[in-house]
Amino acid sequence: MIAEAGLAALWLAAALALLQLALVAFGLVGRKGELLGAVRPVAVSQGLLTLLAFVMLVLLFLRSDMSVMLVVTNSHSMKPWLYKFAGTWGNHEGSMLLWITVMGLAGSAVALFERALRRDTHMATLGAQAAISLGFYAFLLFSSNPFARIDPPPPDGQGLNPLLQDPGLAFHPPTLYLGYVGLSVAFSFAVGALLTRQVDAGFARAMRPWVLAAWVMLTLGITAGSYWAYYELGWGGWWFWDPVENASLMPWLAATALLHSVTVLATRDALRAWTVMLAVIAFSMSMVGTFLVRSGILTSVHAFAVDPERGTFILGLLAIYIGGAFALFGWRVGAVREGAPFELVSRETMLVINNLLLSVILGLVLIGTLYPLMTEAFGHKVSVGAPYFDRIAGPIALILMIAMMAGPLTRWRRDRFAVVAGRMMVPAIVALVVLALVVALAWGRIGILPLAGLVVAGAAAVGSVGPLWKRNLRRTPLFTWGMVIAHLGCAVSLGGMASDSAFTVEKLVAARPGDRIETAGWTLHFDKIMPIAGDNWTALQADMTASRGGGTAIVIHPQSRFFASPPTTTTEAALLTRWNGQLYVVLGQETDDGRWQVRIWWKPFVTFIWLGGIMIALGGALALLGRERRGWLLKWRARAVA
Amino acid sequence: MRKMLIWLPLVLFLGFFGLFASGLLKPDDRLIASKMVGKPLPAFALPAASSDRPALTSANLATGTPRLLNIFASWCVPCAAEAPQLMALRQAGVEIDAIAIRDARADVDRFLARYGNPYARIGLDARSAVQIALGSSGVPETFVIDGKGRIAYQHIGDIRADDVPMILDRLKSAQ
Repeated sequence: MIAEAGLAALWLAAALALLQLALVAFGLVGRKGELLGAVRPVAVSQGLLTLLAFVMLVLLFLRSDMSVMLVVTNSHSMKPWLYKFAGTWGNHEGSMLLWITVMGLAGSAVALFERALRRDTHMATLGAQAAISLGFYAFLLFSSNPFARIDPPPPDGQGLNPLLQDPGLAFHPPTLYLGYVGLSVAFSFAVGALLTRQVDAGFARAMRPWVLAAWVMLTLGITAGSYWAYYELGWGGWWFWDPVENASLMPWLAATALLHSVTVLATRDALRAWTVMLAVIAFSMSMVGTFLVRSGILTSVHAFAVDPERGTFILGLLAIYIGGAFALFGWRVGAVREGAPFELVSRETMLVINNLLLSVILGLVLIGTLYPLMTEAFGHKVSVGAPYFDRIAGPIALILMIAMMAGPLTRWRRDRFAVVAGRMMVPAIVALVVLALVVALAWGRIGILPLAGLVVAGAAAVGSVGPLWKRNLRRTPLFTWGMVIAHLGCAVSLGGMASDSAFTVEKLVAARPGDRIETAGWTLHFDKIMPIAGDNWTALQADMTASRGGGTAIVIHPQSRFFASPPTTTTEAALLTRWNGQLYVVLGQETDDGRWQVRIWWKPFVTFIWLGGIMIALGGALALLGRERRGWLLKWRARAVA
Repeated sequence: MRKMLIWLPLVLFLGFFGLFASGLLKPDDRLIASKMVGKPLPAFALPAASSDRPALTSANLATGTPRLLNIFASWCVPCAAEAPQLMALRQAGVEIDAIAIRDARADVDRFLARYGNPYARIGLDARSAVQIALGSSGVPETFVIDGKGRIAYQHIGDIRADDVPMILDRLKSAQ
């Protein structure tokens, strides 16, 4: 009964989305204003029904109901409950249901809490949101029904991809989805504003919290995904430029650009058309990402839920929404007035530069990701790897970091070049000091790009706290704190990336128990190796003790794990975290003469990469809180006066 | 000029759309084909995987007549679906050897008892080492081996009923 209830809730929600769209269409276009009163309750009910359907699916997974096809193919009664739970969205159908649930709840929130928008724009936004949802409902109900039964039910399920059986990954997709779907809200705002010709500062202020929230979630999701790939895949890298990774990076790049241009629009009423276009592009990138991941038209190490038929469906949605939005853009944006003017040397210009650089990186990543597809259309099979992306995106990212540092040190509307240059003196000196230090200590052992990375990271770290200089810190708005922390986070991340690529020491040895391995100042004792058993896996686990410079020895346990259902081997790297880096040990295959391959990395300051990511997200969250709190305070005062 | 620029995103999007659509329209060669096709089999020697069939070495596969090498596993559902086609090929006089991947002897025996046993020899590849050396990426897969022990054709996925004539043709042309 649970499955049928879930399916019924889903159908009902789809019907409500259709009703919502019809109400908005007849209310706004047909000028039957009284219909609009029903839009908000309908949106909220629709959101609640999707939540109900999702809860039903979670229940089916937790109860291991093997009469449901999706549970059979993605779960197993022996699985730990956390992974039964996470198994709900560790597959195509479930993750699409999660997507529509987040979208429904976000739509409810827009209906309930949005007060800043003009009423007709608000309604048009809810109409656009309903239109997007309808496509996804159709996708779920007609091609990916998560509640389909199987008859007769098999005795047990087929398990979940063991690579996904990890707490980090269990919660990584929902975080990313919150980001993707947040961008769908921004998209709906843009479409709503285009429809009612209301692209102005008020619209930007209404859209900004949604962009910020989506961006914070995307940042967290990407950071978590990167760390997961780093420790779970066992190859010691933290970014692979895999199509699936790029699929999450591209919306982030667009959202970062959007975040900055929406701020320009909100505070200075400039960059109107550009902001609307970025909102469309950001959501397009979420859709393109979803399409690439699920259609199987690109080969990926994360290949997941690959099916050309689903690809066709998503491509259809892509054509309707994105093609439609760009057509609407072309048709309506001529009516959008130019915003306020600004001088060449101004914060607006800095933000335009930021937007352009982000767009260029986005374009290069997009081209790199799709290049194999383009050449295949002409009969060649190629793959584009990390060297292309590193070499081409790296230098632009460094220039972007300099603009990021200079932007907040430049005044709105107009500033003087000499004055801005003066404010940049301290970071410039720091850059020279870092350059001198690295050249003195590591010349000849460091590449140009990592060297430039370290120099820029040092300067950007100092430059990004510049806006706090000579300010009363207790009266500095939360928004400014957020910006400073996020920018500092970028510098910290960059420092970690540069340090990792410049100073990592790698060693591959074949060792037997009793051996001693020395590398990068660490001494590793290979004590013994023995099989152990876990909840639903068995593993070969090595006991090793690591010590550095006569310090206390710490026991670490690299594992090679074997899952029976489905049969897969995974590496569980042993990580030893120190303030100045991480020791990363992977147990490999047994060689013919009874020795074991052991791969050891010492990665100086590699943790800064993810620490920076968390700081960026934290900064975004503080900015969101600051803006919203100010809004609440103003509203409260207005009410107190009235 | 500005008027033209406004439509640029739509034009670019249509370009991407065409690219995606063309990518979707020919999804057939997404499979990872082995680089070993046309080359001699790598040398291997595997222990027996079942109690009533002998073990398998690469030398067993160069006998002068073309034969099939089927990669399967008792835990693999498509392998069970493929079993009737293999039986049909066996009845047509085709010699079939097999490699069982990550399997146990008792499980293989049970699988063969249930779905039939078309195989002359079955080797047990406990850690997928030979499978990887063959350039096979999953189960089931079937290789057509010519008389000299060279890989003539790789069939990825299960052999469907309508694939059988094609497999017979491949065997004939590998003569």
